[in-house]
Amino acid sequence: MIRTEELLLNVGPQHPSTHGVFRIIVKLDGEVITEATPVMGYLHRGTEKLAEDLNYTQIIPYTDRMDYVSAMTTNYVLCHAVEKMMGLEVPERAEFMRLIVMELQRVASHLVWWGTYLLDIGAMSPFLFAFRDREIIINLFNELCGARLTYNYMRVGGVKWDAPPGWIEQVRDFIPYMEGKLDEYHNLVSGNEIFLARIRGVGRYDAETAINFGLSGANLRSTGVDWDLRKSKPYSLYDRFEFDVPLGRNGDCYDRYNIRLEEVRQSLRILKQAVEQFPGPGDVMGKVPRVIRPPAGELYVGIESPRGEIGCHIVSKGKAEPYRLKFRRPSFVNLQILPKLLVGETMTNLITILGGIDIVVGEVDC
Amino acid sequence: MGAWLDETLTWGHALLFFLWGVILLLVVLGFVTYAIFFERKVIGWMQYRIGPNRVGPWGLLQSVADITKLLIKEDTIPRKADRALFILAPALAYVPAFAVLAVIPYTQKLYFADINVGLLYYVALSGISTIAIILGGWSSNNKYALLGGMRSAAQMISYEVPLVISVVGVVMLSGSLNLRSIADQQGDWFWQWNFLPQIIGFVVFIIAAVSELNRTPFDLPEAESELVAGYHVEYSGFRFAFFMLTEYVYVYAIAALTTVLFLGGWHAPFPFLDWVPGIIWFLLKFTSIVFFLFWIRATLPRIRIDQLMGLGWKVLLPVAILNVFLTAVYMELFVK
Repeated sequence: MIRTEELLLNVGPQHPSTHGVFRIIVKLDGEVITEATPVMGYLHRGTEKLAEDLNYTQIIPYTDRMDYVSAMTTNYVLCHAVEKMMGLEVPERAEFMRLIVMELQRVASHLVWWGTYLLDIGAMSPFLFAFRDREIIINLFNELCGARLTYNYMRVGGVKWDAPPGWIEQVRDFIPYMEGKLDEYHNLVSGNEIFLARIRGVGRYDAETAINFGLSGANLRSTGVDWDLRKSKPYSLYDRFEFDVPLGRNGDCYDRYNIRLEEVRQSLRILKQAVEQFPGPGDVMGKVPRVIRPPAGELYVGIESPRGEIGCHIVSKGKAEPYRLKFRRPSFVNLQILPKLLVGETMTNLITILGGIDIVVGEVDC
Repeated sequence: MGAWLDETLTWGHALLFFLWGVILLLVVLGFVTYAIFFERKVIGWMQYRIGPNRVGPWGLLQSVADITKLLIKEDTIPRKADRALFILAPALAYVPAFAVLAVIPYTQKLYFADINVGLLYYVALSGISTIAIILGGWSSNNKYALLGGMRSAAQMISYEVPLVISVVGVVMLSGSLNLRSIADQQGDWFWQWNFLPQIIGFVVFIIAAVSELNRTPFDLPEAESELVAGYHVEYSGFRFAFFMLTEYVYVYAIAALTTVLFLGGWHAPFPFLDWVPGIIWFLLKFTSIVFFLFWIRATLPRIRIDQLMGLGWKVLLPVAILNVFLTAVYMELFVK
């Protein structure tokens, strides 16, 4: 009789596929996982606590660093919450700018996901293809606000910078280019037998489990639940545009993959309409009091970030600083299902499933 | 040189053998240096990058710089590692990789050892490298390395079987295990080479060979995104270089073996092109195989370990055996 023992393996915090400093302790029986314990907090910076000593404009740069792959949407959720609390009007041009950068950001974020996910699965080239195309979006943002990753672009009541001359035309040119590239991605990767064998039926859960775990974004929609805040609870100008919410059926990694790529296409559709309807010159900053003091009270606002529902809960006592600021981070919430999914899977599937959830550690740890 | 092998060993012969060995070693090292460079350039072009272009003209000295760096790097051995085995493993991996090259014939006249069981010798020796990889993984006393080593053992054992059986068809057709006569017997026209009559065997051989080489899509033992680096995660400096060297020497060996077994060795594709020296044809075929190996690295994702096992035992092995059967039937009906 051979004596076998379980192997306790520490995946991370320094591991190439945990997308940052995230750690999972797995118990392995051969290559099969019998227990998985995620350990979070290696990138915790106390954003919410820090925010209690800052005024609202000063908090915006901190939101950049939360979901650093999609900083525009995190910018937006804070500004939107404060505006809603104070009942501020945002000029139409500013709202259009916000919507355009948010949709561009969604495309960029999904491109990062697509590249790194295939890198996890072992295909090297898609990563470079994705980053080549993401670079165009980053350059557009760079032209707009001078930063490539942490934009600090939005303000309560509008946006900081107007579009420079020719910027909208560049966005317009980018849309057909990206549509072509999306077809190229599908040609290159989506039909690959090895790739399909790797992700089909992996990391499966049903709609009930997904809702019980509070999942959102592509993780929820892959089970067939039609829940996209842009459609379900329209904010910004999303009710003006036509777009579809791609849904999955099986709730596996393959569905999540297809949904994310389809979301890129839908984002491009929104962008196309937004660029067409883009209003003429005007203010990009609304009438905002010099010191932003939301009235006493509480407010929760949720929007659809590329990763799911990102929410901002403000408790104000009528001062310039929030009494308490709470972010609902989709990466953190979506990650909670991981230990359940991992039991009984192989070590290889750990990477596939973790990648499929699409986390950003900056957002998980906040 | 083959004749000398049969004579009694004198100091003069021993010196000559040694010299030939050194020449082959230099050729192989040169190949490895520029294969790495070539791989990086090829993959770079496929990925809209430039590849190495800083060290030397067109980056030609990049690999030299890398090797120099590895040479002068501190050689660390983990405190809890099994010291003797840890030191032995890289050497044990490299020696068989180099030794198998002895039986490769390059042209009608240019070859080192003309052994009658050349193919068997190749297969038998290359199996030893598996042990070295397990040793390396085990002695590092690292969990990732152990997993990598174990995966590698499972993979190489299950792919050696279809690899060997897939070449049985070739052996049956040519009636010899001698690599030189196998290459020699393939016809003057390119459709008479073994790869077309033995198309099933050829495909199985290529798949199994890629797996034996631990290259994408079968690079599980060193799956970077899962096992960090696999069995050589604790190795640094020149010991690490030896593992890398082994891998590229096997690329050389497999490319040469494929050329000899399936692509007609030094034969020209058409008889009227016979005036071109055989070595040129050999090198052309050899380079295309090497290019093919690099090409799929830039294209394919990695297969999962259970799928790998399933593919090896449930698909490749039956297909390889079927190929042997079909070849036997063909020979019984038409060749006799």
